[in-house]
Amino acid sequence: MKPIRTILPIALVIAGMAGAQENQPPMAEPEGEPGSEFRTFDPTEAEFENFRGAGNIPHQGGEAVYNAVCSGCHMPEGEGAVGAGAYPALAANPLLEAPAYPLTIVVRGQGGMPPFGSLLDDQQIADVVNYIRSHFGNDFVDGDFGAATAEEVAATRP
Amino acid sequence: MAMTRRELLTTIGMTAGTAAMYSAMTSLGFAQESNYNGPVNLTGAPQGARVLVLGAGLAGMTAALELRSAGYDVQILEYREKAGGRCWTLRGGDVYTEMGGAVQEVGFEDGNYFNPGPWRIPYNHYAVLDYCRRLGVELQPFIQENHNAYLHRSDAFGGEPQRYREVATDFRGHVSELLAKATNRGALDEELTEDDRALLLEALRGYGTLTEDYEYVMSEETSDYRGFERWPGGGQNAQGVPSEPLDLETLLDSRLWRWLPDAETVHHQQAIFQPVGGMDMIAQAFAREVGDLITYNAKVVTLRQDENGVTAGYVAAQDPGDVIEVSADWCVCTIPFSILGQIDHNFTGVRARAIQTMYYADGFKAGLEFRRRFWEEDEHIYGGISYTDLPITLISYPSHDYLSSGGGVLLGAYCWGAPAYQFNAMQPEDRMRWVLEYGTRIHAQYPDEFKTGVSVPWHKVPWVLGCYGIWEDKERDYEETVRMAEGERIALAGEHLSYLPAWQEGAILSALDAIQHLHDRATQR
Repeated sequence: MKPIRTILPIALVIAGMAGAQENQPPMAEPEGEPGSEFRTFDPTEAEFENFRGAGNIPHQGGEAVYNAVCSGCHMPEGEGAVGAGAYPALAANPLLEAPAYPLTIVVRGQGGMPPFGSLLDDQQIADVVNYIRSHFGNDFVDGDFGAATAEEVAATRP
Repeated sequence: MAMTRRELLTTIGMTAGTAAMYSAMTSLGFAQESNYNGPVNLTGAPQGARVLVLGAGLAGMTAALELRSAGYDVQILEYREKAGGRCWTLRGGDVYTEMGGAVQEVGFEDGNYFNPGPWRIPYNHYAVLDYCRRLGVELQPFIQENHNAYLHRSDAFGGEPQRYREVATDFRGHVSELLAKATNRGALDEELTEDDRALLLEALRGYGTLTEDYEYVMSEETSDYRGFERWPGGGQNAQGVPSEPLDLETLLDSRLWRWLPDAETVHHQQAIFQPVGGMDMIAQAFAREVGDLITYNAKVVTLRQDENGVTAGYVAAQDPGDVIEVSADWCVCTIPFSILGQIDHNFTGVRARAIQTMYYADGFKAGLEFRRRFWEEDEHIYGGISYTDLPITLISYPSHDYLSSGGGVLLGAYCWGAPAYQFNAMQPEDRMRWVLEYGTRIHAQYPDEFKTGVSVPWHKVPWVLGCYGIWEDKERDYEETVRMAEGERIALAGEHLSYLPAWQEGAILSALDAIQHLHDRATQR
């Protein structure tokens, strides 16, 4: 098979999700690095991290880890979501005041939430816990309990 | 001296013959492919006994169908607007709203569909097959293994997909040649008698398509398995030209062999089936039987049992208002533990612990409709699965409507673990962008032929909050969780209460066991 280098405009995909799109706009060449493995779009710098690293989450830093994993259920603004059951909101959540509770939940899981101890390393977990403790209306990292550390994560692992 | 089970069986076989041995094997737990024992037969239900069934998936509807037929007064509460639960098919015109509110309108052509959940029925899932037979669900073969589909790794063969038949034939041939060499060099002299070594060599020659000298080489014989450079034809200039096998080192380094046994497990080997028209044909067939018992859009918020009965409270799923209470003598609860754990219930002990701590697996699928069946027209792939190390994990081609002129729907991604979590965190349009990007690396026709698609990360499915329940290190709690203890009135059922997690067979077998237990208890006095 001959690799092709075309771009699939996002607009088409969005339209495609909503229904049949019969008139396809002309394809354009992606402007990425020569030799880029991407054939249909140029990933942004943040997107470039997606799916790298087999079996693990490659993203570094609390915000990146949150957006790549946690936001799927707890939602982009930490607002949570409701269906037959609910995903709890992290926004303005007093349970996040001390690091121990969120650390334990991320490492070991809680209720329907799977454990992430094997997908994330100590630093990633400390970073993402500090991220949710200092965003979405929470201001706990600068509070009495301070920041969670990778050492605390290691001690939380079963 | 205590006998092992195998020693005991050998003794029985020697003294009483094979029929007795088979019977003994079955009762000792060997040779048993399913604990489905044919249609359940419940008789003598107490007059007017009421059973409340929570959840109208396959477990709940199985329980309702059989309990009503036994004479119970049955009512079902279901969160969704329709029956089936994870036995679910998306078609053109369907609108799916996931957790967080993102809406996908499915734009498939009439007749095309996508099964976000279960999509195949193995020949040894006797309970599902029997209900399909009884309820008139038409089945067709599902192509699991296709020798003309691809195996693909980004770092092997410059990212060019390889045909399954070439990798499979060459791997078998080279391994056979190596084993024959080892045998001939005397490396197995201690393991095998001379007679058995001769038999092994004879077997390897046939199995691996080896020459008289036990070599795996380019030949018409090996090409009969791996395919030809120029395939035999008719008329003039039609003689086949053999193809050159991959060399062993290239083949080993490619790691494409990792997928070779995939279609060989008992849950995937042929014969394996799919319902004609979509998996939810099973749900629809059940709903024709028990639909009149179902209250839809009912979100259960409380569940209490005592020695006299059960009371559940529910609200309208989309517009929660007053709590409506329903009472019954017994209950079959099929609500996934990911949700049951959030309901105000009064389970205690081991059961409560299992309900509160069971987490749910991730899982991601995408269905892609293309204008043209290019995999058939250009690449001669009719059904089956191509495997890749890309995050989409596989592409499965439809096992139906071959050669039709319209478009078709591929399963464009089916993944677990880290990739599934990342797809889960994306909005639908982004998920589709990545699924198409990765698929293009296997089928260059994607960008030109793609029409519309829909994707389902299972943690975003509002009525499960995950794909299936995981026991893992909590398996010690399994038996006690399944069992309805003395004084309890709620039987638990669903795939999460089976050793066939995520399979519909597990859901139905669990429901049959639960209602048998319930009936035994209800008729005790």
